[in-house]
Amino acid sequence: MPARADSRRQTFEEGNVIDKTVASAADAVAGIGDGATVMIGGFGTAGMPAELIDALIEQGARELTIVNNNAGNGEIGLAALLKARRVRKIICSFPRQVDSQVFDALYRAGDIELELVPQGNLAERIRAAGAGIGAFFTPTGYGTLLAKGKETREIDGRQYVLEYPIHADFALIKALRADRWGNLVYHKTARNFGPIMASAATCTIVQVAAIVPLGALDPEAIVTPGIFVRRVVAIAGATPRIVPGAAA
Amino acid sequence: MQRFTREEMAALVARDIPEGAIVNLGIGLPTLVANHLPPDREIVLHSENGLLGMGPAPAKGHEDPDLINAGKQPVTILPGGAYFHHADAFAMMRGGHLDLCVLGAFQVSVQGDLANWHTGAPDAIPAVGGAMDLALGAKRVVVMMEHLTKSGTSKIVERCTYPVTGLGCVDRIYTDLAVIDVTPQGLVVAAMAPQVTLAELQRLTGVPLALADAARAPN
Repeated sequence: MPARADSRRQTFEEGNVIDKTVASAADAVAGIGDGATVMIGGFGTAGMPAELIDALIEQGARELTIVNNNAGNGEIGLAALLKARRVRKIICSFPRQVDSQVFDALYRAGDIELELVPQGNLAERIRAAGAGIGAFFTPTGYGTLLAKGKETREIDGRQYVLEYPIHADFALIKALRADRWGNLVYHKTARNFGPIMASAATCTIVQVAAIVPLGALDPEAIVTPGIFVRRVVAIAGATPRIVPGAAA
Repeated sequence: MQRFTREEMAALVARDIPEGAIVNLGIGLPTLVANHLPPDREIVLHSENGLLGMGPAPAKGHEDPDLINAGKQPVTILPGGAYFHHADAFAMMRGGHLDLCVLGAFQVSVQGDLANWHTGAPDAIPAVGGAMDLALGAKRVVVMMEHLTKSGTSKIVERCTYPVTGLGCVDRIYTDLAVIDVTPQGLVVAAMAPQVTLAELQRLTGVPLALADAARAPN
């Protein structure tokens, strides 16, 4: 019915607009409370939302449970959050790296709790949370130390381990571009955990290199639809080497 | 007795990868295989951080911190390549879509159990990454490792003493002394380094080895 469609278009243009953009990284991380579970995107530093983490350090939330693939590199980003002693527990797959000295020291001193999860289980547990799945059976880890005490089942002659989803109160992720609805496109392998973490958190907060007008992102190329995103902040220059014309 | 060099081991693995295979090369020794892939075969490399069609390292000055491999080193993407998120990257493994994984190892047992993620030392900080998914996540899983530890004991063992990564998952072992298949009938030597004899290999390995017909020296 053309008349209805027209009036709807007018509403979008004139008011009541969905606008998830916020002015600053500080505004973006507002309301993250002590004891919150916070997913942080990135694989090493690719896709790590460094400016949002800096804002979280500034904001002061403590006793956090952090979900990330690693446990920080060098002294920046996640490592800086750990160094500021804001993290009670970390859920990750690969904490030990050549430059994970901040985590290593906290772990050896017994000042941080570690839940070590095989990387595919970590990704799938996050995905499961976003998809409303109550639990799932996976062969990964069967018969190993990391499946100790977990429920197992033989299905069609193969052994599986029961794994539960990982939900979060907040997710901090980094993408390349967003529009005001929170639709996202990413940059190369910096995509990694972004799309699944966006779906698994109650409040997903995204830093992007640029916010573009609604309709500027090719609908065929949007990776994370805005339904999964709550807040978007543009951090100019945060994503290095943007190739012109790449990634829609 | 001669040993295969690391590059020769990589070349042996590469020679056995068929046209059209989708392959994940684990961190460490297996990364060398990329340098030996036959140029006349189309072989697609998978990197579990979210990349298919991985190309070689970029020229100096052309590194992109957002284009890296699972070892977090800068790489390139080849024509036909694709980026995807982590759950898809692991679904490719966990769903059995990869043709081959090449992994490093501390130990492999006669049953094909793999130990490659943790020494179990009390002061070691454990880290697993994608090891347990890679161990189970390909149609074929092969290991590349030195045959012996630094102290001279066999890394092919009756039963793994290090914490296992996966059970019964290894199909073939490439070492600096031999290529050995894990079969339901036990370990079968498919090839040996120059001037290595089965008797010598048997003495160093300590678990029963059979010689495949194809590996017998011509008379």
